[in-house]
Amino acid sequence: MTEQPRGTSIRMIRALSGAAVLSGFLIVFVYQATLPRIAENRRRALEQAIFQVVPGAQHRITFVIGPDGQAQPEGQAKGEGLGIMVYAGYDGDGKLAGIAIEAAGQGYQDVIRILYGYSPQKECVTGMIVLDSRETPGLGDKIETDERFLKNFECLDVRLNQQQTALLHSIESVKRGEKTQAWQIDAISGATISSKAVSKMLDESTRQLLPLLAANLKRIREAGEEVSRQDAKTAK
Amino acid sequence: MKENTDTFLKGLWRENPVFVMLLGMCPVLAVSNSVINALAMGLATTFVLIGSSTLVSLLSRFIPKQVRIATYIVIIATFVTVVDYLIQAISLDLYRALGAFIQLIVVNCMILGRAEAFASKNPLGKSLLDALGMGAGFTLALLCLGSVRELLGNGSLLGVAIFGAGFQPWPIMILPPGGFFVLGGWLLLFAWLQERRTARRPEGGLAHAD
Amino acid sequence: MPTDSLPFIFLNACLINNFVLSTFLGICPFLGVSGKLQTASRMGLAVMFVMLVASTCAYGINFVLVAFEVEYLRLICYIAVIASAVQLVEMLMKKYSPALFRSLGIYLPLITTNCAILGLALFQTFREYDFLQCLAYALGAGAGFSLALIIMAGLREKLELADMPSLARGAAVSLMLAGVLSLAFMGFAGLGG
Repeated sequence: MTEQPRGTSIRMIRALSGAAVLSGFLIVFVYQATLPRIAENRRRALEQAIFQVVPGAQHRITFVIGPDGQAQPEGQAKGEGLGIMVYAGYDGDGKLAGIAIEAAGQGYQDVIRILYGYSPQKECVTGMIVLDSRETPGLGDKIETDERFLKNFECLDVRLNQQQTALLHSIESVKRGEKTQAWQIDAISGATISSKAVSKMLDESTRQLLPLLAANLKRIREAGEEVSRQDAKTAK
Repeated sequence: MKENTDTFLKGLWRENPVFVMLLGMCPVLAVSNSVINALAMGLATTFVLIGSSTLVSLLSRFIPKQVRIATYIVIIATFVTVVDYLIQAISLDLYRALGAFIQLIVVNCMILGRAEAFASKNPLGKSLLDALGMGAGFTLALLCLGSVRELLGNGSLLGVAIFGAGFQPWPIMILPPGGFFVLGGWLLLFAWLQERRTARRPEGGLAHAD
Repeated sequence: MPTDSLPFIFLNACLINNFVLSTFLGICPFLGVSGKLQTASRMGLAVMFVMLVASTCAYGINFVLVAFEVEYLRLICYIAVIASAVQLVEMLMKKYSPALFRSLGIYLPLITTNCAILGLALFQTFREYDFLQCLAYALGAGAGFSLALIIMAGLREKLELADMPSLARGAAVSLMLAGVLSLAFMGFAGLGG
C-alpha cells in the first residue's frame, strides 16, 4: 500500500460497507423471492403428515393450547409464550376426524420426533409417523417401516377415566408377541430401545395432553363446523 | 486454449480439492451417505464457489489487502444463505437430509482458499473456469464416496436397488465410521496410483534416452 | 434422564454425538493437529475456550435477531461476530495474561473459522437451548473434541514407530484410525435410553 494511512482506512471502510450492502440486498431479494415457495412446501409437508395419521381428514386448523389450558385457533392466541401446538383434522363435512399431536423424546442415538393422530370418538391413537430420527439404519430405523410395529397404532387404546382427568391405562411397551391388551405396544426385536422410546414419548404426551384436549373438545369441534358453514356460504 | 482447459481440468484431478489437497473434509464425510445427498451438496458448493469467485474476481481491485479476508467471508456467507433458501424452496426433504451442512459450506476452507489464492489474482473468465473445475472436482469426490457408501450400505444407487434381495446391506457404511473408512480407502487408491506413476516415469525417461 | 437436563446435554455433546467422530465437525484440525500429544491437548483447550465464547455470542446475537425479526441474516452475523469476538479475546489475553497467550494464542485464529465452532452456534439455535443449556452444550462439545483429539494423538504417536507401508502413511491411515475410533464411540449411543 503506497497511499497515506488515512486514505487506506477510508478505503477499508468503503470496501467492507460496500460488500455488506451488496450482500444485504442479495439476501433480502432471495429471501423475499423464495419465501412463498418455502411456506407452501412447509404447509404441504405438514398437512401430508397430519392427513396420514388422522384418517379421513381433509382440512386442518392449528390450535395453540396456552398455559391456562385453553385451546385457541392459531393467530387468535394471545399472551406471552407460545403454548403447545396441536393440529385438528376435519373431514369434508367439517366434522372432527381426529387431532394430530407432535411428541419427542430421546431415542438410541438422538432425539426422535413423531407425529401421532388421536381420535376422540374412538378414544385411541389412530396413526404414528416419525418426523425426524437418527436411529441406526437397519436396526433402530425399523420404527418407521416395520409393519407389525406400525400396526400397533391402528387403534392404540388411550381411554380416559370417568372424570376425564387421566389415562385409564398407561401405554407400555412389551416384548414382541406378548401384546395382550389394546394399550400395549408390540416392540421390535433388534430395535427395543427405539420402540421403547416411542412408547415412552407417546405415554408422556397423551398423559399430559389428552385431558386438556378433552376439556377443549367442544370448541375444537365447533371451529370445524363453523369453517364448513362459511365454506358452504361462499360456495353459494 | 490449452491453458484454459488446464485451468478447468486441474481441479478435477491433479489438484482435486478433496483427494489431493484434503480440503473441505467435513461435508464430504458427513453428507456422502447417499448419492443424491452427495450430488446436492456438490452442486450447492459449486454454486457458492462460482458466485463468490465471480464477485471476488470483479471486486478484488477495490478491496484493500487488510480487509480482504473479512470481505471474502461476507461474500461467501451471502451466497451460502442464498443457496440455503433455494434448497428449501426446491425440496424440504433434501434440506432436512443435508441439515446444517448447507450453512456450514461457509466454513469450507476450499472456498475461501480459492477466493484468496486464485480469484483475487485472476480475471473473471479464468476465475470462473477455476471455480467450475474445483466445484466439479469436489462433486466428483463426493460422488465417489456417496456411491460406494450407498451401494454397500443400502444395496442401491440413487435409490434403485442394484443387488438382488439376497444382499445383506452393511449399515456401517451409512453410519459415521463408514465415511472415514471409505475416504481412507479412496486416499489409499490415489496414493497408490500416484506412486505407480512416479515409479514408472524415470524408467520411461531412461528408455527414451536409450 | 430428561433430554433437556444439563448433565445430559453435556454427555450428549461429548460422547453420544461426539462432534468429530459422529457429526463430522472440525475434521481439519482433527487430522492436522493430532500429530503430537502436547499440541493436541493445547489445541483442545483452546477449542473449548473458543466454543464457550462463541456459544455466548451466538446466544446473544440470536436474541437480537429474533427481536428484530431478521433471522435471514443469522449466518453472516454469527460468522462476523464470532470472528471478531475471538480476536478481541485474543488481544485481551495478550495484554493481561501473556503466559496463557503463549500456550493457546497461535491456535486461536486457526480455530475461528472452523466448522465445529459455527456448527455449535447453529445447532444450539436449532435446538432452542436457553443460556445455561448453551453453556453446557459448548462445554460438552469442547470436551468431546479434546477427547477425540487427544486419543487420536496418542494413537498416532505410537504409530510413528510402527512398521507401515509408505503408501499408507499420512492422511489415509489417520482416516482409518478415525473410523475405528468412531466405531468405538458408537458404543456410547443408548446412554440416554
